[in-house]
Amino acid sequence: MSILINKDTKVLVQGITGRDGSFHTGKMVTYGTKIVAGVSPGKAGQTVHDVPVFNTVEDAVIATGATVSIIFIPAPYAADAILEAADGGIKLVICISEGVPTLDMVKATNYLNKKGVQLIGANCPGLITPEESMIGILPVNIFKKGNVGLMSRSGTLTYLMVSLLTQSGLGQSTCVGIGGDPVAGLYYQELLEMFENDPETEAIVLIGEIGGDAEERAAQYIKEHVTKPVVAFIAGQTAPAGKRMGHAGAIISSGSGTAEEKIAAFEAIGVPVARLPVDVPKLVKAALEARK
Amino acid sequence: MKIHEYQARQIFREYGIPVPDDILCYTIEEVEKAARELNRMVVVKAQVLVGGRGKAGGVKLAKTVEAAVEAGKQILGMDIKGLTVEKVLVADAVEIQKEFYVGLTIDRNTKSVLFMASSEGGVEIEEVAKVNPDAIHKIPIDADLGMTDFMARKIAFKLFSDITLVKQAADIFKKLYKIFIETDASIVEINPLVITDGGKLSAIDGKMNFDDNALYRQPNIEVLNEPTEDEKKEILAKESGLTYIRLDGNIGCMVNGAGLAMASMDVIKHFGGNPANFLDIGGSSSPQKVIDAMNLLMSDKNVKVIMINIFGGITRCDDVAKGLVAALEQLKVEIPIVIRLSGTNAEEGLRIIKEHNLPIVGSLSEAAQEAIRLVNSL
Repeated sequence: MSILINKDTKVLVQGITGRDGSFHTGKMVTYGTKIVAGVSPGKAGQTVHDVPVFNTVEDAVIATGATVSIIFIPAPYAADAILEAADGGIKLVICISEGVPTLDMVKATNYLNKKGVQLIGANCPGLITPEESMIGILPVNIFKKGNVGLMSRSGTLTYLMVSLLTQSGLGQSTCVGIGGDPVAGLYYQELLEMFENDPETEAIVLIGEIGGDAEERAAQYIKEHVTKPVVAFIAGQTAPAGKRMGHAGAIISSGSGTAEEKIAAFEAIGVPVARLPVDVPKLVKAALEARK
Repeated sequence: MKIHEYQARQIFREYGIPVPDDILCYTIEEVEKAARELNRMVVVKAQVLVGGRGKAGGVKLAKTVEAAVEAGKQILGMDIKGLTVEKVLVADAVEIQKEFYVGLTIDRNTKSVLFMASSEGGVEIEEVAKVNPDAIHKIPIDADLGMTDFMARKIAFKLFSDITLVKQAADIFKKLYKIFIETDASIVEINPLVITDGGKLSAIDGKMNFDDNALYRQPNIEVLNEPTEDEKKEILAKESGLTYIRLDGNIGCMVNGAGLAMASMDVIKHFGGNPANFLDIGGSSSPQKVIDAMNLLMSDKNVKVIMINIFGGITRCDDVAKGLVAALEQLKVEIPIVIRLSGTNAEEGLRIIKEHNLPIVGSLSEAAQEAIRLVNSL
């Protein structure tokens, strides 16, 4: 078990013929991810890393039975690609593109909601169930199969956390990069619920950052619904107020969304918060030990 | 991106929202002329891109032309939170019966545009949110339907009971939503929206922020941008695909990914150091990006040590290494560098770096401690 994806998940790549799309398709195929189709308008009949290319998502889904789509499309067109995936019968969309206008995402998430389609991202590194399937741009060699479920608003910070976990002998069930934008798809609450219900997951790592109140809401949800141990880390403890720290979502304004408030929210419900990345595996081990 | 009040008022006017007459002035002479032209009580308002202008003394009522000139003298050139006032708005000062707040923003939780309205206008809405959150009505707007007539009316009835005011308000709310959508705004606020002595609604202050990700399709908004010196540097960086924010420390940071960049700053601070900047070199990298990033770091004279922290995903470590080597050859970098590198194509990247005898450390904590040690040894 794992959440969202496993070795049988059939994946299509939107934007497969672009530089990034083609490069990362190769990486995913090598990892063993079942990439069954690519989409690139006007390029049907071509192949990329032996993966057949179709003109539309609908054509690709009918021909291959793909249920998950990953999007490598420039930001101005990314929301349209998300809509096409949902319309074409895809059940889970992962949007890697960075810099998608917020109002485009408002429209897209609204449509996906109505269709009952799940979204991860945009502006995210994707997800992985180690040794089964990686759908994204994650550097696979740092992951190891195991029992820690991980969710994060940041890409590269996730890689750092995962390598620290793996070095400490803590493998992962599924790791999900939810993206750093103000309006994104699946968020902490939905993923916490999935990890709570996944028998393979024994502990959960939540990597948050400044901006918004998603971490505070996650803390509230954990208090009410999560029985498994959770360890948190918040990036941006020293960020100046009012400045957008790269992620469109990471802005502290008017005294809300600070790291301090988020850390306090977790600690108030007994979720330990690591001050340094290197402390995360230690806290996970301690939490697992305490459960025995 | 932020714009000035006078620019927001202009946009409001273009969409048919009632705004008192005003004239933008850069000099005392212009203030005097404007006050004569408006020929009644005016308010002189500092135009700076920061909140709390009133509290700082940047907004003054003037009943006579002489008083307006006096206010202009006091406000032009004054410093508000580090920004010098270079222009003031001289505006018709309407008589106010009552003040309200209306605003639109993006709500992360409902993933929609959120309409906010409150009878407690004219004060900082963040204060109201803290002290009396129930006084702010919050209504998510359906993205498909937009601001319907009934919804605009429903919100208006929360603030007003008189039907002529409700009709005026509903009309303003619909226009405000239209502005938000058509300009790719992230915040649109009227604070306060007032009932004048004549029983009419009027927007006497406005604030607008915009989604930076959407500026590419908003040329009319982008031209309104008036960046500060630091922001100019940030915009220049953005054009090279870099996200740069200058801070006041001495350890220059080059990191890929916003979260990791923030965590790197946190770790430096944790060990007692002081980051000179936030610098995210972003996703797909090219060697040129690294050269641009090094250039940017070197342009800050406070930078004494450079710490590079790369975790390759979409960024390839070999690209970063090549860029670094090229940058060092081109730029004559004389300050020490600490490098931490792993992830996609890390082996090739490390090989390139070792070939050029650059210092590599294993972990982020080690990198931060080494950078701090180097700063302290100078």
